[in-house]
Amino acid sequence: MTTPTPVSGPHTHAPGGIATDMTWVALALLPATAFGIYLFGWPALNLLLVTVTSALAFEAVCLKLARRPLRPALSDGSALVTGLLLALTLPPWSPWWIGVLGAGFALVVGKHVFGGLGQNLFNPAMLARVALLISFPLEMTTWVIPQPLFTPGAPGFLEGVAITFAGAPVPDALTGATVLGQAQTGLSQDLGLSRSLEGVYDPLHQALGWIPASLGEGSALLLLAGGMVLLARRIIPWEIPLALLGTLALLATAFMLVDPECHAGPGLHLSSGGVLLAAFFIATDPVTSPATRAGRLLFGAGCGLLVFVIRTWGGYPEGIAFAILLMNAMTPLIDHYLRPRTFGRTRRGRPLEPTQTAPDGAGRRP
Amino acid sequence: MWSFPRTLSFRGGVHPQPRKQTTRNLAIEPLPLPRRLYLPVQQHIGAPARPLVAAGDRVLKGQVVAAGDGAVSAAVHASTSGQVLAIEPHPAPHPSGLPLLTLVIAPDGADRWVDLPEPDHALSLSREEIARRVAAAGVVGMGGATFPAAVKLNLGTRHAIDTLILNGSECEPYLSCDDRLMREHPGEIIDGARILRQALGAERTLIVVEDNKPEALAALRERLYVADAIQAVAVPTRYPMGSERHIIRAVTGREIPAGQLGADVGVMVHNVATARAVHRAVRHHQPLVSRIVTVGGGAVARPANLEVPLGARVQDLLDHCGGASMAPARLLMGGPMMGQVIPHARVPVVKGSNGVIALTAAETRSADPGPCIRCGRCVAACPSGLTPLEMASRIRAGDLDGAAERGLADCVACGACAYVCPAHLPLVQYFQHARGALADRREQGQHQERIRRLAQRRRERQEAEARAKAEAAAQRKAERAARRQRKTAGKEHETEA
Ligand code: SF4
Ligand code: SF4
Repeated sequence: MTTPTPVSGPHTHAPGGIATDMTWVALALLPATAFGIYLFGWPALNLLLVTVTSALAFEAVCLKLARRPLRPALSDGSALVTGLLLALTLPPWSPWWIGVLGAGFALVVGKHVFGGLGQNLFNPAMLARVALLISFPLEMTTWVIPQPLFTPGAPGFLEGVAITFAGAPVPDALTGATVLGQAQTGLSQDLGLSRSLEGVYDPLHQALGWIPASLGEGSALLLLAGGMVLLARRIIPWEIPLALLGTLALLATAFMLVDPECHAGPGLHLSSGGVLLAAFFIATDPVTSPATRAGRLLFGAGCGLLVFVIRTWGGYPEGIAFAILLMNAMTPLIDHYLRPRTFGRTRRGRPLEPTQTAPDGAGRRP
Repeated sequence: MWSFPRTLSFRGGVHPQPRKQTTRNLAIEPLPLPRRLYLPVQQHIGAPARPLVAAGDRVLKGQVVAAGDGAVSAAVHASTSGQVLAIEPHPAPHPSGLPLLTLVIAPDGADRWVDLPEPDHALSLSREEIARRVAAAGVVGMGGATFPAAVKLNLGTRHAIDTLILNGSECEPYLSCDDRLMREHPGEIIDGARILRQALGAERTLIVVEDNKPEALAALRERLYVADAIQAVAVPTRYPMGSERHIIRAVTGREIPAGQLGADVGVMVHNVATARAVHRAVRHHQPLVSRIVTVGGGAVARPANLEVPLGARVQDLLDHCGGASMAPARLLMGGPMMGQVIPHARVPVVKGSNGVIALTAAETRSADPGPCIRCGRCVAACPSGLTPLEMASRIRAGDLDGAAERGLADCVACGACAYVCPAHLPLVQYFQHARGALADRREQGQHQERIRRLAQRRRERQEAEARAKAEAAAQRKAERAARRQRKTAGKEHETEA
């Protein structure tokens, strides 16, 4: 639609825009990203660069095919954030083609098939991660124990290149299970959590990120800090992280109290498997989450519930990606039913009765 | 002090940068008489006024030059003494953007008033007398709504009004004309409030001011007596506090049902500048011939609050304020949230013009619209509880009915949604466009209905004519047959004979 003259108001605008928001998201992810690179060394950096560059390249190709101008879309930062988020959820020593395939899937199938930014039903990064997990279960579950940069034993630059690009095998000694994986394996072998997690789960390591994990889920504290920045700047709504983390913590606590040997506590649930990354940076993706406050609370709670259900009873030790995708699918429905009450009307859309007080009871007439 | 209960407020709203600091401490100064005044015959909502003078006539300040015409209309008065040069169409700040019939007056410089009756400080005037004087003075809503004030007062006769609200919220950025008025002439506003209250029989009168104007509140409170039963109330600074529905909700908690007016819930809202005009009209018999205008925006060299004779052109105001320091990116009449773009500075200041704002590009922050990212900020900002993103997407898809079903009619066009939209979507523009298209379609529907009815009537007429003709023919035939029969009968008779 062209803009008809005369121009109507407002003739001024709040500062910022989509690009500013995306930049802030990327900045808020920076500390956790940098720490992840430090922990997992050169291969992690390679993977990150490969994934982000291919995300931008795929965006450009799709725009070109759709004959849309490149500049506005490429400079809005959305492809960058998608690539970054995807990279952060990958095992850090994955080979380069995992990053390229993932980015391609995210941008092409996850975004542009739907019509580009704002039209997609599912979070592109999560869609790509799940597709990769199903297609390449081995690569997607090879977790390395942190090998911080410049420590003895960490791969040097050339070895890093070999790991990422030449498919150099990851020595078994360096791999480990994630805490959640360990817990699930333990349970399937009828070991209690206190035994299966012995020496694996250390709350302090967990919080600092000294654990086998994906590139970006490492440090709970840094992710939390980044999330707080976004909350403070009102770039992400508070409803989703609060409802998601709250629901998960509540369920975990309740089940732990019932049977501590079979159910891990809220600390482990919240700090592992990328829950914080998802709660602050992925579930809050505006495009694929509801637009109203009530809807977001429901969406967040739904994610929290599904994560818990999948982790506890499902086949995959981590459930966050599936949980988010399922709730993404619910979003149109949530937005259809949970909408604000229109001023001067009842919830059902009828005009209020003339002398009726506001539905919240304020202003009763004398 | 009246404390403000939070629960009474309205949902949504935004906090645009107020940008009032450049003008809020500037005292009102009079604009020198310009060389020409341009008085459109329609400066109000309703029917245009009917000119009473002709080109060449001499007029005095305050003389009626055009009389209100019809039930909803308002008189126009000469805003200085001089000669009527012409009565012809001229550009006007009217939403349609079309030229309006305008009286062009050349001031004679004497600024001589017509003879006005002695000031009247009578305590109790009848409602009819008050409404009569307000109508005679051509007072309209001066916050920008420009609804004739006397007509609104008469609305009060049909509904019981228990609360009168004087709107001094001035929630639009840049504007400080009401602020200055409250600080410099609180007595006139309060007296206007007393008169309005008397006309309406309201029990309770509230002068409502946003809490970013503490001086105005203090000035009003200093002049108020307990016995007045008039309170100056502070409300939180939040756009669109000045919207009638929302200010009523904020201070009384009552919510006007969709499609109704404040009077339906027992509340009437007048702007503080209107109250002052009422005071002048009723006490001093002075018609509305000037108003206070904030001249501001980054492109104005010397921002000011001016008392402007109605009909002065925007260019006169800008010249007085040192001209535009740079070419403005947008020249507005009214505030930046709901004001109108004016194409050039040759349009006159009219009764509803509260600001002349020349914005620089940096101030407009306009940007090319991007795709909606469904962030929901528009939903959170909408004071009417709508989902602007859905209305917009339906309108873009050409689904006007869908947009209407999502509450297009409940949108007050405040622009809060578009202000916060990170995609810079011109949401209000979409909504106005859709409304226009829907109205056109309704009209077209009516038009077609009319055509259909006409066609049907014609068909019926033709059928009736055809029937009549057929009947006539049949009758003639019958008569002929009868005649023939008579003839044959006669012949038979002859033969028989
Ligand atoms: S504020 Fe703009 S981008 Fe956000 S949901 Fe509303 S229309 Fe879409
Ligand atoms: S312009 Fe309409 S839709 Fe937008 S915030 Fe105001 S009332 Fe809501």
